[in-house]
Amino acid sequence: MTAPATATPAIEVNGGTYRFPAGKGLRLDSGATLEPLEIAYKTYGRLNEDRSNAVLVCHALTGDQHLASPHPATGKPGWWSRFVGPGLPLDTDRYFVICSNVVGGCMGSTGPSSTNPKTGAPYALSFPVITIADMVRAQAMLVGALGIEKLFAVVGGSMGGMQVLQWAADFPERMFSAVCMAAAPRHSAQNIAFHEVGRQAVMADPDWRGGDYERHGVSPSKGLAVARMAAHITYLSEVALQRKFGRELQRDGLSWGFDADFQVESYLRHQGASFVDRFDANTYLYITRALDYFDLASQHGGVLAQAFRRARDVRFCVLSFSSDWLYSTAESRDIVRALNAAGCRASFVEIETDKGHDAFFLDEPELDRTLRGFLGSAAQARGLP
Amino acid sequence: MIATTREDFREILRLVRPGARVLDVGCGEGELLELLTREKSVDGQGLEISPAGVAACLARGLAVVQGDGDRDLDHFPTRSFDYAILSKTLQQMREPKHVLSELLRIADQAVVSVPNFGHWRVRASLMVTGRMPETRALPDPWYSTPNIHLCTLKDFVDLCRELDLRIDACAALVTGKSARPIDPTKPLENWRSETALFLLSRRTEERAGAVPTDLFGEVALPAAEPEAPKRRRRRA
Repeated sequence: MTAPATATPAIEVNGGTYRFPAGKGLRLDSGATLEPLEIAYKTYGRLNEDRSNAVLVCHALTGDQHLASPHPATGKPGWWSRFVGPGLPLDTDRYFVICSNVVGGCMGSTGPSSTNPKTGAPYALSFPVITIADMVRAQAMLVGALGIEKLFAVVGGSMGGMQVLQWAADFPERMFSAVCMAAAPRHSAQNIAFHEVGRQAVMADPDWRGGDYERHGVSPSKGLAVARMAAHITYLSEVALQRKFGRELQRDGLSWGFDADFQVESYLRHQGASFVDRFDANTYLYITRALDYFDLASQHGGVLAQAFRRARDVRFCVLSFSSDWLYSTAESRDIVRALNAAGCRASFVEIETDKGHDAFFLDEPELDRTLRGFLGSAAQARGLP
Repeated sequence: MIATTREDFREILRLVRPGARVLDVGCGEGELLELLTREKSVDGQGLEISPAGVAACLARGLAVVQGDGDRDLDHFPTRSFDYAILSKTLQQMREPKHVLSELLRIADQAVVSVPNFGHWRVRASLMVTGRMPETRALPDPWYSTPNIHLCTLKDFVDLCRELDLRIDACAALVTGKSARPIDPTKPLENWRSETALFLLSRRTEERAGAVPTDLFGEVALPAAEPEAPKRRRRRA
């Protein structure tokens, strides 16, 4: 385990890449075994003596382990730095916060751009299809390797929230509490449809080369940018888009052509263009696939409550955002209903906001208050100072 | 004496048996659940509509689901609680009858308190002023009151009979005074009880292993026959 410390004055930041010991690969849901396996991770704060203050944060589709420290590729603050740090809801003076790049990712964990040991070339499409449960199994192995038997909390939004649910189904005895934000217990037809548009955009780019773009020294960045543009719309709400852009123009008057006349066009183009600098096209295919395959109930005889039957000792907090149409409040309520049916201790909050799905990244005082209240009281119950 | 300003809380605290599973519908900021958790070690769950209330409950370490008693009781599986509590809000529900039967689907017993529209102050207020009554228990003007389904004790007892519910206990509540056990079927109580708190259970099903928290003895409901015209009552 390498641990290059990049401490900022305020938070103790550590991390590195965990390489699983030889012979200890990751058995995947598809039947394949992934070996060798590396998981890149970051930690914030300090693990206490009895190792009871560890919080695992699970990232979303295009997120990564750079939770509360600057992103190495973009230099921007970590994706959840509003919520993780000293005095913040995930208080790094109190908790030891871990975030790892999912298996299949492109920020240091083994994924389609890693080298296939059999060929010496990047895996590309020979990388096995992975699932949310595979991601969680890799995280559980990492957490074990860090010497943590029981996490104080597992926290995540969107795809991260689905990982939280999967944790509760597969490793309930290894977690004390769970926070599931803006997630769903399964991918709907509409969710799959949007992902298919994204994947087709990537694969329609001539530079994709059947997935082998790295060997050809090219990159399907146009296709990936279009995929991101389409997906980005689903992360916002109609109201928020209208408020931010309306029909405002970039310049005075129309171009009478196909330049980005409207500010919203320019914004989306920028979102697409900046995304390709930090994300791998094949990883996008694999992770969207993992999401599409996610259906927690189907793993438990079609009854969602069955997934949580071993999680009765876990304290749950489920959060949704009123304007989220990607994973709606109704889907969060389904989760809560199943938790209640399983006899779990569950709280649920719908946060009133017009910011859409991405609200969990943003400055939402109600989210701040909810996380503080839930984690604070759970910490008390766990006996954390 | 437990430090609480709400006389119904004291009464509920007395009724609920230790260690029970309790659902508080419309739990507000969780004062009652916290009290029950501390004093009776209950396993509590709240349902609350306001985000501020939910946040306050979470900060108190209570399990709370944001939702509407009119719509979201179907969250909870059948007979998943020992008690479902609905304190002074049944009259604010869109469908009180449905809510009442839902409470007794979810829980073995329901603790329900309702302001009595048959109280003499209400009757007198309407009679004397000719306007919608505004009293201590019902202080809002008609156009802004949240109380859309008011009833008298007699009406409530009728509804219990219709839903085949047993009244295990009933007490009259008066602000600032201790609760007074009453027989809600007595006409006099319909005149003098400002608010009544009921402990209800299903009549048709046997409650497996449940010890009746019968403080006042079961109230015998008169058979459901149309009441004969009574002699004229004296003015209250």
